[in-house]
Formats: sequence, structure tokens, C-alpha cells
Amino acid sequence: MTGITGTDLIAAFSALGAGLAMIAMIGVGIGIGFNAGKTVESTARQPEAQGTLLKLMLIGVALTETAGIFALVVAIMLLFANPLL
Amino acid sequence: MELGPRIIFRIGNVPISETVCWSVIVSLVILVFVFFATRKMQTVPRGAQLLGEILVGFVYKMVKDVMGDVSEKFAPYCGTLIVYLGLGSMLGILDLRPITADLNCTFPLAVVTFILIHYNAIKVQTAKGYIKELSSPYPFMLPLNILSDTMFPITLACRLFGNILAGVILMALVYSGLHTASAALVEVFTGELAKDAVVPFFQIGWPLVLNFWFDMFEPILQAYIFTMLTMVFIDNGRHPVED
Repeated sequence: MTGITGTDLIAAFSALGAGLAMIAMIGVGIGIGFNAGKTVESTARQPEAQGTLLKLMLIGVALTETAGIFALVVAIMLLFANPLL
Repeated sequence: MELGPRIIFRIGNVPISETVCWSVIVSLVILVFVFFATRKMQTVPRGAQLLGEILVGFVYKMVKDVMGDVSEKFAPYCGTLIVYLGLGSMLGILDLRPITADLNCTFPLAVVTFILIHYNAIKVQTAKGYIKELSSPYPFMLPLNILSDTMFPITLACRLFGNILAGVILMALVYSGLHTASAALVEVFTGELAKDAVVPFFQIGWPLVLNFWFDMFEPILQAYIFTMLTMVFIDNGRHPVED
């Protein structure tokens, strides 16, 4: 394996990095699942508060999602708009 | 794969991209709809007026639930956000590039929200109370609070951008994969490698499910979340935590 230039190396490791960045989604999945589960629990306990709970859940989901979206933006940048290349 | 918005034409040296063109068109569509909805208004609404009244009523009720007595002041801004972002993100259904799949569209809106939050916070709490709120619960938390406040518009913009762009990429991947599968099918039957003139056999029907999710449900949800976070944070700024 000769003839690997620096650019190739950077491209290869960028692809690896994009994959590694998406590991952040583990935490986001756990967080959103926990959020939704608790909402179901609360709705079962107090069905008349469903509208408010749904609204709160959506806000919570959106805030939880932020970490995952940052990871996604980093991955997309590494793949399509790499600043190192 | 080409990911950024294409540049359609240039005025002098300024490139006019898809995002700018479609957002102007979306604004014009909303404007024309509102114009026709408010002509010849009747006590018992029909047609466009009925749709407009449902929309306006929904927005005003949503804002009132969150913000209470000052809701009428902020409802027009929130309504503009939800309609513009919702329609703008749903352009994917017409096979156009959604305008919110561009950070240049979402970030200015987030900055407007940021300015609105802090302008109202300073107006209601006065400058002294605003600084006190920033340095709560302990004065050494001041840099952290400033950091978290500065991150808010960035996260707001990146959330919308990331969600819609992920949808765009996924749909592009699915359709290119289906195109390859159809080309393989043509090759099996005719025995020659077809690249361009392919019968779109696998693209019939079922991608509608994905289209519905990524081009209708997700945009509405994300526009709602953007608007909801705007309202919640403006409201938080107006009502400082008592200690």
C-alpha cells in the first residue's frame, strides 16, 4: 500500500470520525425514550392532563435532540464540507 | 453527492441560491393566500376565510396557553414563524429543496428570536434585574449563564437545519438506491446496461410513506418546536426566577 497521500489519509480518517461522531445518538435515544416513557406514565396517572404533557414532552424531546443534531452536523461537515481538505 | 443549495442566478457578484428564490416564493404564496382570505369577509366564514380563521385561532390559542396576558403582542411573530417554517420545510414534497435545509435561512430567524428574548427580558426586569438574573444562583455562574444563553440561537438553528437536512439526505439516498435497483431490473430483462432511460419500477407508490414522514410530519413538528421554544424562552425571560 504505497502512494497514500496526506489528502487521502485525511479523507479516510474524516469518514471514520463521521461514524464515531454519530455514537452520540446512543445517549439521545436513551434520553428521548426515557422522556416518552415518563410521559406515558404520567398520562396513565392523570389522563386529563394529556395535552399539557404532550406539549412538555415535545419541548423535552427537542432539547434532548440537540446533542444528537450537533453530532449529525459534525458528521455531515466531515463528509461533505470538510474544512481540513 | 452535491449537498448545498444550487445557485440559480447572480445579481452582479451576489449569488442567488435556491433557498432565497423558494423563500421569496413561499412568502408570496402566504401573502396571496392572506390577501384572498381577507377579501369580502363574512360573519359566517367560508372557503379561504374559514381556513385563515382556523389557523389564526389555533396560533392565538397556542400562544395564550404559554404566555398568558401578553400573548396578543407576540402571537403575530409566532404565527409567522410556524406558517413560514412549516410551508418552507414542506417544499420537499414538490421535489424542491426545502428552504430550511440551509443554515442561512434558520440562523437569522434564531437571531431574531434571540434579540426578542433579551430585549423583552431587559425591558421587563430592567438592566439591574437582568444582570442579577444572569448571575444567579451564584455570581461565579455568570460566564456559564452567558454561554448557555449564547448557545440557544445556535442550537435552535442547528436543530431545524439538521432535522430537515437529514430528511433531504435520506430521501436522496433512498431514491438513488431505488434508481439503481430499477436499472438492474431493466438489465435483467433486456440484457443491456441501462443508465438513463430506466423505467422507475421500484419508485412506484411506497416511497410516499417516507415522503409523508420527512416532508409533512417532520416539518410540522419542527416548525412547532421552533415556535414553542421561542415562546417558552420569551416567557422565561419576562418572568424571572424569584429567590
